[in-house]
Amino acid sequence: MKTQTLFIDGIALWSPALPGWDAARGALRGGALPPPSATRRPATGLLGANERRRAPDSVLLALEVAQAAVQASGHDAATLASVFSSTHGDLAIVDALCTTLAEDPLLLSPTRFHHSVHNAASGYWAIASGCRRASSAVAHFGHAFAAGWLESAGQCAADGEPVLLVGFDTEACGALASTNRSRGLLGVALVLSPQRGPRSSWRVDWALHAAAAEAPPLRSAAARALADNAMADALPLFEALAGDAAAQLALPLGPQLALALSAVPGA
Amino acid sequence: MNGRRPIEPVAITDYTVSCAAGSGRAALLQAIGGQHSALREHDDARLPTWVGRVDGLEEAPLPAALAGWDCRATRLAWHGLQADGFVGAVQAARQRFGAARIGLALGTSASTIAVSEQAYRGLDADGRFPAPLRNERLNTPHALAAFVQQALQLEGPCVTVSTACSSSAKAFASAERWLRLELADAVVVAGVEALCASLLYGFRSLGLLSPEPCRPFGPRRRGISIGEAAGFALLQRGPGALQLLGYGESNDAHHMSSPHPQGLGAEAALDDALARAGLDSADIDFVNLHGTASERNDEVEAALLVRRYADSTHACATKGLTGHTMGAAGIVEAAICLLALDSGVLAGSAHTEAADPAFGPGFAARLRLLPARGRVRHAASHSFGFGGNNSVLVFGRA
Repeated sequence: MKTQTLFIDGIALWSPALPGWDAARGALRGGALPPPSATRRPATGLLGANERRRAPDSVLLALEVAQAAVQASGHDAATLASVFSSTHGDLAIVDALCTTLAEDPLLLSPTRFHHSVHNAASGYWAIASGCRRASSAVAHFGHAFAAGWLESAGQCAADGEPVLLVGFDTEACGALASTNRSRGLLGVALVLSPQRGPRSSWRVDWALHAAAAEAPPLRSAAARALADNAMADALPLFEALAGDAAAQLALPLGPQLALALSAVPGA
Repeated sequence: MNGRRPIEPVAITDYTVSCAAGSGRAALLQAIGGQHSALREHDDARLPTWVGRVDGLEEAPLPAALAGWDCRATRLAWHGLQADGFVGAVQAARQRFGAARIGLALGTSASTIAVSEQAYRGLDADGRFPAPLRNERLNTPHALAAFVQQALQLEGPCVTVSTACSSSAKAFASAERWLRLELADAVVVAGVEALCASLLYGFRSLGLLSPEPCRPFGPRRRGISIGEAAGFALLQRGPGALQLLGYGESNDAHHMSSPHPQGLGAEAALDDALARAGLDSADIDFVNLHGTASERNDEVEAALLVRRYADSTHACATKGLTGHTMGAAGIVEAAICLLALDSGVLAGSAHTEAADPAFGPGFAARLRLLPARGRVRHAASHSFGFGGNNSVLVFGRA
């Protein structure tokens, strides 16, 4: 199938154990895990104190990595189209919503309801960044990062413009934890550009292959510690981006479909 | 968006929609022509509102091979797939191109959340989901798309688009990109939304549910009526008799649940769609408005209509026929545009007795209350959603 080429201008990752790309990079290269931190959720500077307190973890997480990747890229946030991918959306909100609906649906709060839409993070990002460009929210199961790549890299190639990709998933809680296996918080973001720019750090050729693929094995203890998060299909690529060697990856995108990535450092 | 170049038209070779107003194109066309509203009083005493409900789903379980996916939303999707020979059309495309070359982009807002709602009403003694509902693949937003992909035996790219009321409109945009980049040779665009407590009580909490049938753009409009629907379209690289000519996407960057007061985001989506279509707003003869009958949405959209469209444009708001089908609204209203292009039957605005005089005479001249007949060259559909998410689609004939 046809191969497309793009450049990565900004990279971000956040989890409670790896709060930011600088911390994550060494650990994903196989270095020691950073000392356990008391940080439970990111303190993104994009929201006011009141909004930050009320915002769900998923929104803080998505905004944190979105802002970090855009800052690293040197692009103006207001000019970037964006794609927010998440397997489940915010699981604490789903748990609270379903609990209220089961107990007394008339008590459902409007804030909780508008936090429950899958595009809540996309909406908050647009408000915080003042960006009126296209912003999407997509989902997949088991392959949510690869699906987010397909949507954002596809837009980057089709329209010849840079696109912000954000992927995030949260931890199942309450009764939901009996059926949903996602654990921990993991957020990742990339700024993808159709042209080489001053901040481009990787060139990536990508294509879809009509063949089954096994998820690439995780090499670092830091990545394996995040393997239970529903956004974990991002980790093989972020391990590669943490290193400085060219990498070829095939990420599963369906039972008979793979996303083939060939990443070369130094752009 | 400056410098946006027109896209090549994309052929819509087949399409179908099933909603309260009718299952399949012929039934929907009849409801449009006769302006038969399908809204009825909701049967929950705690929720005095009207809904557009699809009859018979309670007695229509999925076939045994797909029984693991059984819930109202997947039943609705299955029901919708049976109309207008859609499954056969996809099968023919599969034989021609191969399953790996056919994509699926499905828009939904609440997907299968009703399964989780049901589980929470019947947790076991340990506070866990009851065993029959303890299914991770069913209790997640992608469940509907995974179900439809399996039901149609497709193996190409597949994604759930979930941007509230613009979801299935944006699925057309994903499909066009996949076709243009040759990631697929055909794409099924879908929109499926089933009635569920999350949506009904959620909109109640916002004070947006109308206690009577919704009256879009009417002086006495009191909010929305929620509906359910499943719609499907098969897209291939053009040209074709019916075509997707353009799409526009934007965000208000203003508020999570109320529109930008000057409609800047909505207008940006319109500009984007027209630029991709290579058309001017004066070229649009028919527009299906988002028209939810909420106070603010209608006000902002009415001003946009007067500001940008010709006074001869036939504008209509069809949620009084179908209810607001949320994530499916984009494809339901796309189908109403395609029916207008195809048959010359142009929808009216059911339940709207008159245009709100506050919107001025220019608006009243454009909003058609009654269905009409006429030749349409280009049709547009507006979808403006929660989270400030906007999409506009433009369709035409070859």
